[in-house]
Amino acid sequence: MNELIPAFSFQRVFVEPWTQPGGGFIWIALMGFFVTAACGLVGNYLILRRMALVGDAISHSVLPGIVIAFLLAKSRNSMAMFVGALAAGGLTTVIIETIHKRSRVKQDAAIGIAFTSLFALGVILISLFASKVDLDQECVLYGEIAFVPLEEIVRIGGLGLGPLPVVRMAAVTLVVALLVILFYKELLVSSFDPALAVSLGINSSLVHYGLMAMLSVVVVSAFEAVGAILVVAMLILPGATASLLSQRLPLMLGLTVLHAALSAVLGLHLGVWLNCSIAGAMVVAGTGLFCLVWVAGLFKWYAVRSSNRVVGNKSGGGVSDLLNSST
Amino acid sequence: MADAPPLEIHDLTVAYHKKPVLWGVDLVVPPGKLVGIVGPNGAGKSTLIKAAMGLLPVSSGWVKVFGESVAKNFRRVGYVPQRESVDWDFPVSVMDVVLMGRYGKLGLLKRPTKDDHDKARECLDKVKMLPYANRQISNLSGGQQQRVFLARALAQESELYFMDEPFAGVDAATESAIIALLHELRAAGKTLLVVHHDLPTARNYFDMLLLLNMRVVAFGPTEEVFNYETLQKTYGGRLTILSEVAEAVRVKG
Ligand SMILES: Nc1ncnc2c1ncn2[C@@H]1O[C@H](COP(=O)(O)OP(=O)(O)OP(=O)(O)O)[C@@H](O)[C@H]1O
Ligand SMILES: [Mg+2]
Repeated sequence: MNELIPAFSFQRVFVEPWTQPGGGFIWIALMGFFVTAACGLVGNYLILRRMALVGDAISHSVLPGIVIAFLLAKSRNSMAMFVGALAAGGLTTVIIETIHKRSRVKQDAAIGIAFTSLFALGVILISLFASKVDLDQECVLYGEIAFVPLEEIVRIGGLGLGPLPVVRMAAVTLVVALLVILFYKELLVSSFDPALAVSLGINSSLVHYGLMAMLSVVVVSAFEAVGAILVVAMLILPGATASLLSQRLPLMLGLTVLHAALSAVLGLHLGVWLNCSIAGAMVVAGTGLFCLVWVAGLFKWYAVRSSNRVVGNKSGGGVSDLLNSST
Repeated sequence: MADAPPLEIHDLTVAYHKKPVLWGVDLVVPPGKLVGIVGPNGAGKSTLIKAAMGLLPVSSGWVKVFGESVAKNFRRVGYVPQRESVDWDFPVSVMDVVLMGRYGKLGLLKRPTKDDHDKARECLDKVKMLPYANRQISNLSGGQQQRVFLARALAQESELYFMDEPFAGVDAATESAIIALLHELRAAGKTLLVVHHDLPTARNYFDMLLLLNMRVVAFGPTEEVFNYETLQKTYGGRLTILSEVAEAVRVKG
């Protein structure tokens, strides 16, 4: 049988991933959750500051940083890649700010200039040193969470925590969550009213660069799992969905994490069912949640509107009443 | 430096993209005064406020607040920005916005305490916005938004306030409520610099006027500087405004 969509089997799609010996899928789900949660938390602030495009920019422009770090360190040393990506992320931020402030070019155009040139540089570097660089372009763009290496287990005092990439991503997520909680005030004011922030003694540009640094770290940690393109979805979808559900920042941040968990688990099942890229399936699941919330919101709006209309009719208020009152 | 003036500006020049919009501003504002800043659109009123608060880089000159740089004395300075300068769809409540005024007094990593909440509620009450404390800010009218900004400024408990067009787009009731509040602040010894667009009322509202058009045209007690020549210098040959001014001067005489 050559079906387009594989047959659905409850056992295979929903039970086996969790009962499979070795627990590979559980680690994949966790990895997906940590990536989406960390990206989503940072992404919330990008959305609030109308800087969603900057997420796109940084996710692309860390590429040359990674390649150069790779060439210098001569291995897939994660520390070197981290530093390289962070430097490239910082450079992108500085380039965007400089073009925007020192010329008449608007910020969105400045973003367009900065990230395409750095990404192009990365692409050239990869093709120039193709023999030396063991970086698969496909993987750089889309990543593959299913192939994240699970062999190397992190142990603390004999206690096995989990596979290295998952533990690393969990640590990044934890640090991001901690920073968002600790610097809640500073992030809030400088996002809402940067001028007020300065008058309160809060250094807005320091907060800005801090956020960009956090974004770079998150993006480069997520690279291996979801690649440069899908990471943009992870940055924007959770926050966008949460913003449809709540108008209070703390609740939005909580909903972001919930969205991350749901899209990781649903995406895993979708990926297993369709036997496709799990990172892609997680994004599709996240988009599905976004659409669901959006449509539910529309229904609620219609319901409220039509119930208002009924009330309005009962108490009069129609054209006939206008005519009555004028007589 | 107990006797240092609340605001002292010397030879201040500010430029955007190398094009100066404020030239050689010299100003010493005495304490306890309600000062109106008037001038045509694009005169540099907002720019002056932002530069004085250290929000813009200056090309030359300096600004001192109570004898020190603003960076050192930021706690003594409060700010009401132009209403359009923020995104009113931001996911915060009225209370959250007013609490922001307290952030300058809290240290790094500190949360607003119960006292801060009480203070914020008290400030909201002063502008008659306490019943709206838990509202999302996008569900407010323009006048209510302005009141929230004022409450936030009150919560800052500063000694020198900069307010950029607090009367823009508010109705007569809100305008008189705001002016009453400004008088109350002045009575408490605060110094206030307020950008205002309506000339006839400017004359009644303020102790001192700063007439601005890229340079300081005149600065002094309202009765001294509010006259035909200085206003003509400030507004140039704009007929409608000049006839308005003529009317205002006539009413006085
Ligand atoms: N961010 C900016 N970049 C470039 N030019 C600016 C910027 N902000 C203001 N300007 C220019 O500086 C001049 C002064 O602007 P400013 O906003 O200070 O005027 P204003 O007196 O507050 O006007 P309004 O009454 O319209 O509020 C104007 O000519 C304006 O075009
Ligand atoms: Mg202005």
